Amino acid sequence: MTQENIIKVGMADLNVARQTEVLKTTGLGSCVGVTLYDSRSKVAGMAHVMLPSSEIAREGSLNIAKYADTAIPELIKRMEQLGANINKLEAKLAGGAQMFAFAGNNDTMRIGPRNVESCKEMLNRYKIPILAEDTGANYGRTIEFYSETGVLVIRSVQLGVKEM
Amino acid sequence: MNDFSHLEDFLGDFQLDVLKEVGNIGAGHAATALSTLLDKPIDMLVPKVRMLPFEEICESVGGAETVVLAIFLRVEGDAPGNMFFILDLVAAKNMLRDLVGLSISDHEEYSELELSALNEIGNILAGSYLSSLADFTNLNMQPTVPALAIDMAGAILSYGLLQFGQMGDQALLIDTKFLEGENEVQGHFFLIPDPESFGKIFSALGVVSP
Repeated sequence: MTQENIIKVGMADLNVARQTEVLKTTGLGSCVGVTLYDSRSKVAGMAHVMLPSSEIAREGSLNIAKYADTAIPELIKRMEQLGANINKLEAKLAGGAQMFAFAGNNDTMRIGPRNVESCKEMLNRYKIPILAEDTGANYGRTIEFYSETGVLVIRSVQLGVKEM
Repeated sequence: MNDFSHLEDFLGDFQLDVLKEVGNIGAGHAATALSTLLDKPIDMLVPKVRMLPFEEICESVGGAETVVLAIFLRVEGDAPGNMFFILDLVAAKNMLRDLVGLSISDHEEYSELELSALNEIGNILAGSYLSSLADFTNLNMQPTVPALAIDMAGAILSYGLLQFGQMGDQALLIDTKFLEGENEVQGHFFLIPDPESFGKIFSALGVVSP
C-alpha cells in the first residue's frame, strides 16, 4: 500500500474513498469509527464520531462530522455522490471504548457506549445492516478501511491487529 | 452572560497571562512534590496556555498513535475540568526505578506494583497542583480518584476534550512540561478547564473579561 492511497480522517471528520484508496483514522478512544461500504460500486466512507447527538451542540457553526446523528446522513450523501447505492450499503463499527474506569456517576464517563448506541440508531433508521463491530472495552483503536475489498483493519496496543 | 462559544474572543492577552500564572503556581507545586518524591531536581518549563485544534493537542505528545502512559483525573467543584499527567514509556520506567528503587524490567508490561506506584505519583502531583490552585483562587477544586491508561495518545486525550467538543474543534489547555536534569522532556501536565470554568476562575481572581 502506497502512502498516496491513504486518506486520513481526523477527529470529528469524515471522508469517502473508492478504487484502491484507504481511509484511515488514528487513536479512537470513546469516539466511534463508522464505515459504510457499497461492494458493487466499491465506494467506501468513514466518519470519526465524537459525540452522540447534535442536540447538545453549542457550536457557532456546526461540525456535522462530529455527531452521530448528523455525520451518518452526511456520509451517505457524500457516498451517493460518488455513485454508491444507499440500498446496498453495509456498515462496520469500531471504537466507543471506556478509556478510564471510574466510580463516578458522571454521564460523560459513559460517552463511548452512548456513541455506539447513537450510531446504531442512525444506521437502523436508514436500514443499513451492521456486518461487524469491535466496540467497547477500554482500549484505543486505529482503523484502516480498504475501498477495494471493504475490509476493516483494526490495530490496538494490547491486542495487535485484526481484520473484519 | 458571556458567550463562551467563542473563547478565543473572550480571552485577551491579559486573561491568558492570568491562566499562565495559574498553571505556573499549580505546576510549580507539583514539580516540588515530584522532586521530593524522587529525591532529585525536577525542572519545569513555563506553562503554555494555548487554544489548539484537537489534532494538534495529540501532536504535542508525539501524535495520536503514540503510546503514552496517562494518569487522568476529573476536577470537580467550583471550576470543573480535566487533568492529565502524560509520560512517555521510557520516562515512566525511569521514574519507577528512581522512586521504588526496584530493578525495573525491560519488557513493556507493567506489574501491579508499578502501576500502583505510578497512580500514586499522579495522585500526589494532581493533589499538590489543585490544592495550590484552590488556595490561590479560593475556589473549591477536588480531584477524583485517578485512573491510569497506557494507550494511544489520541484515544486518551480525546476523552478530555469532550466538553470542548460541544463548542468547536479546539480546546484551551494549560500545558506544563517537566524536565529531569539534562534529560529530555519527561512528562506533560495538562489542565483542561471546562469552558464554563474560565469565567469562574477569572472572577475569583478579580479579573474582568475584555
